[in-house]
Amino acid sequence: MKRVYVNEQWCLGCHLCEYFCAFANSGQSDMARALKDAVICPRIKVEEHDGISFAVNCRHCTEPLCVKSCIAGALSVKDGLIVIDQDKCVGCFSCIMSCPFGALMPSDTGVMQKCELCTSNSAGKPACVQGCPNRAIVFEER
Amino acid sequence: MAINYLYPDYEVIRNQQRCINCRVCERQCANEVHRYDEELKMMVSDESKCVNCHRCVALCPTRALKIVKTDNTFKENANWTGEAITDVYRQAGTGGVLLASMGTPKNYPVYWDRMLINASQVTNPSIDPLREPMETTTFLGQKSAKIRRNPDGSINTKTTPQLKLSVPVMFSAMSYGSISYNAHKSLALAAQKLGIFYNTGEGGLHEDFYQYGPNTIVQVASGRFGVHPGYLKAGAAIEIKMGQGAKPGIGGHLPGAKIVGDVSKTRMIPQGTDAISPAPHHDIYSIEDLRQLVFMLKEATNYEKPVIVKIAAVHNVSAIASGVARSGADIIAIDGFRGGTGAAPARTRDNVGIPIELALACVDRRLREEGIRNNVSIVIGGSIRNSADIVKAIALGADAVYVATSALIALGCHLCRTCHLGKCNWGIATQRPDLVKRLNPEVGSERLVNLINAWNHEIKEMMGGMGINSIEALRGNRLMLRGIGLTEKELQILGILHAGE
Amino acid sequence: MTELQEDYPQEGEVRIPSGCAISGIFSRNGKRFGGQDAIRSIAVMHDRSNGLGGGYAGYGIYPEYKDYYAFHVFYYDNDAKNTCEKFFDEHFDVINLSKIPIRKHPRITDEPLIWRYFVTPLPTKLAASQLDEEEYVVRCVIKVNTDIKGAYVFSSGKNMGVFKAVGFPEDVGEFYRLDEYEGYAWTVHGRYPTNTPGWWGGAHPFALLDYTVVHNGEISSYDANRRFIEMFGYRCTLQTDTEVITYMIDYLHRKQCLTLDEVAHVIAAPFWSTIAMMPEERQKEYIYLRNTFASMLITGPFSIILGFNGGLMALNDRLKLRSLVAAEKGDMVYLASEESAIRIVEPDPDRIWYPRGGEPVIVTLSETGKKVVAAESK
Repeated sequence: MKRVYVNEQWCLGCHLCEYFCAFANSGQSDMARALKDAVICPRIKVEEHDGISFAVNCRHCTEPLCVKSCIAGALSVKDGLIVIDQDKCVGCFSCIMSCPFGALMPSDTGVMQKCELCTSNSAGKPACVQGCPNRAIVFEER
Repeated sequence: MAINYLYPDYEVIRNQQRCINCRVCERQCANEVHRYDEELKMMVSDESKCVNCHRCVALCPTRALKIVKTDNTFKENANWTGEAITDVYRQAGTGGVLLASMGTPKNYPVYWDRMLINASQVTNPSIDPLREPMETTTFLGQKSAKIRRNPDGSINTKTTPQLKLSVPVMFSAMSYGSISYNAHKSLALAAQKLGIFYNTGEGGLHEDFYQYGPNTIVQVASGRFGVHPGYLKAGAAIEIKMGQGAKPGIGGHLPGAKIVGDVSKTRMIPQGTDAISPAPHHDIYSIEDLRQLVFMLKEATNYEKPVIVKIAAVHNVSAIASGVARSGADIIAIDGFRGGTGAAPARTRDNVGIPIELALACVDRRLREEGIRNNVSIVIGGSIRNSADIVKAIALGADAVYVATSALIALGCHLCRTCHLGKCNWGIATQRPDLVKRLNPEVGSERLVNLINAWNHEIKEMMGGMGINSIEALRGNRLMLRGIGLTEKELQILGILHAGE
Repeated sequence: MTELQEDYPQEGEVRIPSGCAISGIFSRNGKRFGGQDAIRSIAVMHDRSNGLGGGYAGYGIYPEYKDYYAFHVFYYDNDAKNTCEKFFDEHFDVINLSKIPIRKHPRITDEPLIWRYFVTPLPTKLAASQLDEEEYVVRCVIKVNTDIKGAYVFSSGKNMGVFKAVGFPEDVGEFYRLDEYEGYAWTVHGRYPTNTPGWWGGAHPFALLDYTVVHNGEISSYDANRRFIEMFGYRCTLQTDTEVITYMIDYLHRKQCLTLDEVAHVIAAPFWSTIAMMPEERQKEYIYLRNTFASMLITGPFSIILGFNGGLMALNDRLKLRSLVAAEKGDMVYLASEESAIRIVEPDPDRIWYPRGGEPVIVTLSETGKKVVAAESK
């Protein structure tokens, strides 16, 4: 399965991926309108330390701990992709505790959200990949 | 002091309605123009620091930014232009030479734009490159003057070393130091993929790049930075840099700030020292000395590498070229005065030398008049901007062209002309690791390959239109050109007719 | 010259593209035959000419003077003739001179003075020049053609001659009474220039020494070829394709001593992709030739017949953008732009074929033929 990979050698820490992610999942058609004065809550996060930066999002693990830990059956694996049914999520944070990458986070409605490789929004292809100015984020089969 | 105050040349215009405070402009500007004001909760800019490199403009996800030329003005004066006045202020304030980068921005005639290309109609069919073979392969090097035969009657095919190009384009000299590791790597990778050559410039060859040797031209300049036997042997050809179009008469200058880490190691000079190449080669004060250096380099490399002599286009360029053609050099590279540079005194850049079109025309004619055009190949550079420029250059008589500015633009350069400051936001003309990493060589090399392939397609289209299916039949084929709006004298020098003739 | 001609730029002052018809007939066994077959052959292709130029080259036509260069010269006035003859006297031993016999023809008008000289270089002058004999002759011919206004040497080989004029080629043949000459090879050309009135010197064949070229086409590489060949002392005064092709062949064949086959593979070089498929040794040779003589590649449409003492070579451009047909019957070889031009002379050839682009057809005298030609010359 194609996944999103990040090469820290080329990650500039510009944080554009976060904004493109937030926009892609905003359901709006204009980025300025969608994100103006908003506190964004993207599904990809740039970690920075000592001049090294790295964008992190869901790895779509083959043996996902988050799915195992979910008490509500909200998380499931669909064709290798880990998806969340936000209607089922009860906001218990178990997935957040169990994910070693910190790839799940609460959304602004309280329930959890995660990267679904832009399959459930209108972007089509992962928006972080398309928006990365230095091809540090790629979407490929490995 | 008030007298030294110069109003910024450019203004950063931010559309606050579109700005989402993502701060990418702030993070990406090495000149620290942008800043987030916590109290105002908005982005603000200090345009006095802006060099107009467009990094922020290009990366702003909501198109909230643009840079405009300021309308602040001195009292209008056709002679004392704002630039002329501010230059005086600057020099009166600092006592220094004004530095600049890239090619001259002055409004000198661009002769490429005053020449038109022919096409076949009726008497001679045009050729469709999509359906018929169309050849752009070019060999550079001396051509045998006389056929020799083996005892069995077959032709003795031994020649002096030649460079084979799939397209008559090469990346011209830009040193490691003046440009970044990743810029060099992009050029090397692209040259390898394209079957052409890139040029180390005078900064030596980074040890990581020896693997690209078969597609590398190694340069020997007056400073001899990074020159050692292994270096000479690593490349496919050796270039002696006698001059550079952007700054004829002076040597290279790399500010100490850029001489760090591997750059210093590759150049074989201490960190932080300015790398200032002497104006002349101190072992070449005349043409016979050049001949000695040519053969010294050939000896050192067992006569296996063609030697290129690069000269700047100056007034007596044809006489110089004639001398070079008899010096044992295999290729002459001529660099016109619109050519780029990583750092040059602005006055020199803007006032010394002649346009490459005229230099090429007179050199090609001179060498033919003397019957020695086949002794050398001619490669020209100094602002080749597109495939039409290449077609015109070859029709005037060039074997191939050197491009550098176009290559840098393909890599992201926005021609802000502040390379000498070492803070290139595009990761090209800088050695700051955080900036260097902005140029991913995978992306860079791909873009260079795209550019040259696109040009090759266009060259083939134009050749086909002329009914020419091989680049050698275009070389020196000046009947394929017509001048437009040129004087008799210009036409005479270019050796072409006027449109309508 | 007429007033009209003076108003227009003359041949040599402007480049004149032209379409054309060509034909060649050759006896491998050196059997001599009159010019009438060539006339019949070209007459069939009447529509390929427009009456602005025609001409012939005959080989083996002057056996009695076979050791002398036969100069055919156009003069536009007596001054030119006097100046030129003075030049000849200074450089050559003139064995014989005469007007070239003509038959007045209603469609051939405004003829210049047409003279023929059989000459041999003055030994002292030749020695002083430090040139070989042929180079000496070439330089003298070029000197006359560039420097003596109103004089034009249009044929300068041994035991061969060019006959050309403004008019349809079949009329030109009658005008020059070619039925009265006998040769073992003839080439002929009908011209279709696309601007300016034709000029006698501009008609084809174009000749230098015994090389003659008839050509159909318009080459797109002209100026690249011209500027290159002019490095070696040639002057392309006529600005025609045929002229530059002749000089290139002279340079490659006479000066560089390439074989005709090699010459063909320089001027109509195989594509790089074709070369890449050749066996290694051959590949090296072809790469070498293409690289060394890169500026002699001819692009654009052409079909040519090259005549030389002892043979003919026909060659097409590498894309075969012009028609060219070859045929054989016994020892006879026929080459022409159209098959009809062959069938009119030889209705029943043993073999007829269409040479591929860039592949030369080279025919030379057989051993018998060589003996016959040599014997006749005595």
